[in-house]
Amino acid sequence: MLDEVTAVRDSGLQRIELATSLDEIDRLDAELLGKKGAFASFKTSLASLATVDEKKAAGQALNAAAATITGAIGARRVVLAAAERTRVLAAERLDLTEELTAPRRGHAHLVTQAWERLEDVFIGLGFQVAEGPEVETDFYNFEALNMPRSHPARSGFDTLFTDYRDDGSVLLRTHTSPVQIRVMQTVEPPIYMIMPGRVFRRDTPDATHMPVFHQIEGLVIDRDITMAHLAGTIDAFTKAFFGGAFTSRLRPNYFPFTEPSAEFDIQRPDGTWIELGGCGMVHPNVLRAGGLDPEQWSGFAFGFGIDRMARERHGVEDIRDMYSNDIRFVEQF
Amino acid sequence: MKLVLSWLNDLAPIGTDVEALSSTMTALGLQVEQVLVAGLTVEGVITARVVRTERHPDAAKVHRVWVDAGDGVERHVWCGAFNMVAGDVVPLATPGTVMPDGRAIEPRPILGIESQGMLCSASELGLGADQTGILILADDTPLGLPYGEALGIETEVVFDVELTRNRPDCWGHLGAARDVAGQLGIAMAPAPAPLAATGSARSATVELLDGERCPRFTTLVLSNLVVGASPAWIARRLTAAGMRPINNVVDASNYVMLELNQPNHAYDLDALGSSGFRIRLAGDGELITTLDGVERAMTTDDLLICDGAGVPIGIGGVMGGLHSEIGETTSAVALEIACFEQTGITRTMNRIGLRSEASGRFERGVDPYGIERAQARFVEVLRESCPDLVVHDGMIDARHGSLVPAERVTEVRVSEVNRILGTALDANRIEALIGPIGYRSRGTADGRMTVELPSWRTDSWTEIDVIEEVARHYGYEAIGKAVPSSTVPDSTLHGRLSGSQQRRRQLRQVLLGLGLDEAITESFLHVDDLVGAGLDADAIRITNPLQADEDVLRPSMRPGLLGAVAFNESHRRSGVSLFEIGHVYPPGDRVGDLPAEYEGLAVALAGQEAPAAMRVWREVAATMGLGARVDQSAVPAGMHPTRSAVLSIGRDVVGAVGEIHPDVLDALGVSERVAWLELDLSRLLADEPRIVQSRPISRFPSTDLDLAFQVPDSVPAERVEKALRQAAGGLLAGISLFDVFRGAGLAEGSRSLAYRLRLQAGDRTLTDVDVAALRDKASSVVAKLGGTLRS
Repeated sequence: MLDEVTAVRDSGLQRIELATSLDEIDRLDAELLGKKGAFASFKTSLASLATVDEKKAAGQALNAAAATITGAIGARRVVLAAAERTRVLAAERLDLTEELTAPRRGHAHLVTQAWERLEDVFIGLGFQVAEGPEVETDFYNFEALNMPRSHPARSGFDTLFTDYRDDGSVLLRTHTSPVQIRVMQTVEPPIYMIMPGRVFRRDTPDATHMPVFHQIEGLVIDRDITMAHLAGTIDAFTKAFFGGAFTSRLRPNYFPFTEPSAEFDIQRPDGTWIELGGCGMVHPNVLRAGGLDPEQWSGFAFGFGIDRMARERHGVEDIRDMYSNDIRFVEQF
Repeated sequence: MKLVLSWLNDLAPIGTDVEALSSTMTALGLQVEQVLVAGLTVEGVITARVVRTERHPDAAKVHRVWVDAGDGVERHVWCGAFNMVAGDVVPLATPGTVMPDGRAIEPRPILGIESQGMLCSASELGLGADQTGILILADDTPLGLPYGEALGIETEVVFDVELTRNRPDCWGHLGAARDVAGQLGIAMAPAPAPLAATGSARSATVELLDGERCPRFTTLVLSNLVVGASPAWIARRLTAAGMRPINNVVDASNYVMLELNQPNHAYDLDALGSSGFRIRLAGDGELITTLDGVERAMTTDDLLICDGAGVPIGIGGVMGGLHSEIGETTSAVALEIACFEQTGITRTMNRIGLRSEASGRFERGVDPYGIERAQARFVEVLRESCPDLVVHDGMIDARHGSLVPAERVTEVRVSEVNRILGTALDANRIEALIGPIGYRSRGTADGRMTVELPSWRTDSWTEIDVIEEVARHYGYEAIGKAVPSSTVPDSTLHGRLSGSQQRRRQLRQVLLGLGLDEAITESFLHVDDLVGAGLDADAIRITNPLQADEDVLRPSMRPGLLGAVAFNESHRRSGVSLFEIGHVYPPGDRVGDLPAEYEGLAVALAGQEAPAAMRVWREVAATMGLGARVDQSAVPAGMHPTRSAVLSIGRDVVGAVGEIHPDVLDALGVSERVAWLELDLSRLLADEPRIVQSRPISRFPSTDLDLAFQVPDSVPAERVEKALRQAAGGLLAGISLFDVFRGAGLAEGSRSLAYRLRLQAGDRTLTDVDVAALRDKASSVVAKLGGTLRS
C-alpha cells in the first residue's frame, strides 16, 4: 500500500505541476483529496491492514503524502490564479476616453450662483437672511422709506403698478428696501440682516438693464451703530467676497432713506475702481416707520445688484443672455 | 451740471489744479463724471485778408479768391461762399490742417488749378451754427495769426458734474464754489454790490393770486437797454457751460441762472399787458402755447404767469409763453425773479412732460432769499454790454405766507453727531467744518448747538441733515472703518440661513443633482399665455406695462417654463430638463393688503413621460422629508387627463405632477412630451421636516420574498405598496416594485405588479415559517384591495 501511496503522490505532484488552469487544479483536488478521491479510499483501506504498527506507519505515510499534495495544490493554485488575474486584467483593458453620452449635472442659474455666494459671505460676517413679498404696497416701497407721495425721487424709480387695489397702492417693488421696514416691524433689534430678492422697474431691456432683476440689501440696527461701522462692514464684505487685495471707499451721495448717504466703490488690486452700490445711515424717519426709536437705535443699510456681480464675474456682455433660458448659455456655467 | 473752472474761480479763488479739484469735488459728493476743455481751436487756421476775387467761366458753384496771410505772398484758394469782398479778414485753413470733422486740407486742384487752403465758416471752426458764409473778422484783425488768438478765444476747463438731489445749490456755480472753497479753507470772493436804483420810480405790478404755489415773485424795471450781442467772455462761458448765446438780455438771464441758481426772465415791458403780472392757477383746459411752439392744455393744478390783463405768458417755473421773448427793439424790460413751490413744479412737469433748465432747478429748490443778489448780478452782467442801463426804483416784491422764513435754525447735539458718525468732534470743530458753507452756529449750550440753515440749502431742515454736512466736510474717508459687534446684553446673533432657506438650497441641489438646469422665466405675461397653457385667465394686471403683451403678473410659472422648452426645441435642443424656483402671483386675496403671492417650484422634463416627473417628486420628497398624497382622480388644469395627479397634504393642494396636456404643447409648438411637476414651496419649505432617527442595522441575515399580484388598474400601485409595508411591519428592510406587466394571462383591466420584499429581524434569523406567514398575510391584505397573489 505504501508503494501505491507513493505512486499516487508522485503522479499527483507531476500532474499538479503540469496543470494549466484553476479548473484543472480543482479537478485534481477532488480526484486526490476529495471525499471520493484516492486518498479517501486509501484511508478506507487502512482498516484492512493487519497490525497496529502497520496501520500507524501507513497512516503516517498517507498523511504525509496528502500534506504534500495539499501543499502542491495550494502553491500551484496561487501561481495559476496570479496568471489568470494577469490574463483577465490584460483582456479587460478599457479606453477611458471612450465616453458615450453620460448623465450630466444640472446648472444653477448665474443669478442663483451669485446670490448664494453673496449670502454665504454675509452669513460668515454674522448676518441672517430676510425675504419679503415682490408685490408690495406703496407704504412699504415708498412712504415708509421717507418718500411720501409728493417726493420727487419717486419718479426716478420707474414703478410698475397693479390693479390689485383701485387706488394704485399695490405695486411691484422697485427695490428690496421694503423688506427693511418689514424686518424692523417684526424683529427686535439688534438686527444684522441681508435681504436678497427680485425687483422690478419699468425699464426697456438692453445690454445692461432688465425690467426684472435682483438686488441684495443689508440692514444693521443696533445700539451706537456709526458710519464707521458702515464703512468697516462694506470693507469686510469687499475683502471676503472679492479678495484681500481689494479695498473700498465711500463717497457722498443721496438717497431718501439714508442720511448721511454714500456710494460705495471697490478698488481692484490694479488700482481701478468699480462703482458698486449705495449705502448710508438709516434715516430717522425710516427707523420711526419701522417702529423703532431713533434716539435708542441707529443703523446703516446698503444695497447693490446681484445680476451685475454675475455679469462681471463671468464676463457676460449682454444681461439679456442671462434671462434667455437658452440651454446653450446655461450649460456653460 | 457743467461747472466752468474760470467761473468758479471768479466766485472763490480755488485754483486751477484740475486733478486735485476733481477729487475734492467727488469727495464732497459732486461727482466729476469727466473734465472737458471748451474753446479748443483748430490748429493751422490763420487770419488772412482777401486781396481779390474772380469768377472762373467753367465753375458755377465756386470762385477764386486770393488772400494775403500777412507775409505779402498771394495765396490762391477756391471757395464755395461768396460773402467776402476784397479787404475782408477771413480764417484760412492752410494745407495740412485737420478740420474738426476729420477733413484734411490738401492742395487740391479744381479745373487744374490748385487751392492752397480753405476759407472757413464759423460752423466749420466750431464757433456757432452759422454756415451761411465765410466767417468775416474785424477789419483791424492782425494777419497771419492763429484765428483763436486773433479772436481772443480762450480755452475753458469744464467739470461735468453729476449732482444729487440734495444739492440744489450746486445748480449754480456759486454753490459748488462755496462747497469747494469751504473744504479747502479758501475765502469766497466778495458778493456784488447791492442793487442801487439809478432811475425814476417805475414798476411792473404783481397780483399774486395763488401764492401757495409761488411764495415769492419779484419784478424790477430796467430801461435804456440795447439788445445786441453779449461780450465774448459771457458768450464763451455760456457756451462752455452748454448753453447757446442768444442776445445780451437772454444771455444775462442764463448767466445769472448758471451762476446763482436763480432762473429768471426779462419781459418786454411794452408787450406786457397793463405793465404787470398776475399769477394764478389755470382754468381747466386753458390753452397756452409755450416757447417751443407747442400748444398745451392746462389743468387747475398748473400755475400760469399772466400779464396784468390776465393773458397767460408762461407756465410758472416751467417755460415761458411763445411771445414772451424780447425783440430786437426792446428797450425796457421787467425782470422777473421768483420762486415756486417744488412739488407743484414736479406735478406740472410730469403731466406735460416738459423739463427745462428752469423747472429742473425750481423742482430741486432755489434760494428764495438769493433774489436780491440775482437782480444785482443781472444788472451787472447786462451793463457789460449796456453801460447806460437804467435801474428803476420801485422793485415789487410779492410774498405769500407760505414763503419759508429767512432765518431757519435747528438744534444739533454734538453727541448725536458723534453717535452717528463715530467721531469725537467738539462744537468748535463742527462749526469750523460747516460754518464756511453757511451753517453758522449761534452758540452751544449743554452740548446743543443752534445752527442756522442756509436759505440756499432748501434740502436742509433737521439735525440729521446737518450731520450729513459735517460728514461731508469732515471727509467720509476720515471717519474710519470698524466692524460692529452688538453691545446689546444677551443678544444672540449668528450668521445663518433659516430652516426654510436651508431647505430651498437643499431642494435646488437635489434638482441639480438630477441633471436639471435652472431657468428664470418672465414674471410678466399676457392673458393669452395663460389660456394657451391651459390656465385660468384671471390674473393681476399691470396698469402701466412696458409692453402691451406683458400686462399681467404670472399666476404660474408654466407659460414661462414651457416657453423655454419651446425656445430650446426650436434651437435644436430638444429634451431639456428645466426647473424654476420663483414667486407667482395668483389673483386671490390673502389677509392684509397684498395678493396671495407665493414661492413655487416648477419642473419641465422635455421628451419624458409622467413617471420621470414622479421620480423627481419622489427624490425631492425623500430628501426633504416630505410626504404628500398623489391623487390621480383629480386632473390639474392644462395637464394630461390620464397621466397627471394632484399632490396634497391633508386638505391642502401643494402641487401637481404628471404630463402637460398635448393640446397645450400643440399650442406652444412643442413637439415632445413634457413631464411636469409643480409645487407650492411656501408650504413645503415652511414645514420643519421630521428628523429621521437612526435605526440599528440588524446583524442577522436577510431574506428576499418576491410576490407578484394581479391588481385592477383602478387600484394605484402606491396603495398596494402601502398595504405590503403594513403587512410586513417591523420585518421589512426594503421594498421595491421590480416588474409591471400587462397582457396575456391577466384579467382585462388588470396588471401584474411584482414586488421584492427584503425581510430581516433584529433579533434572530428568519425561518421558512416566518416567510410563509408573511406571504399569507401579504396575500390577504392585497386581496382586500382587489388583488390576487399570482403563483
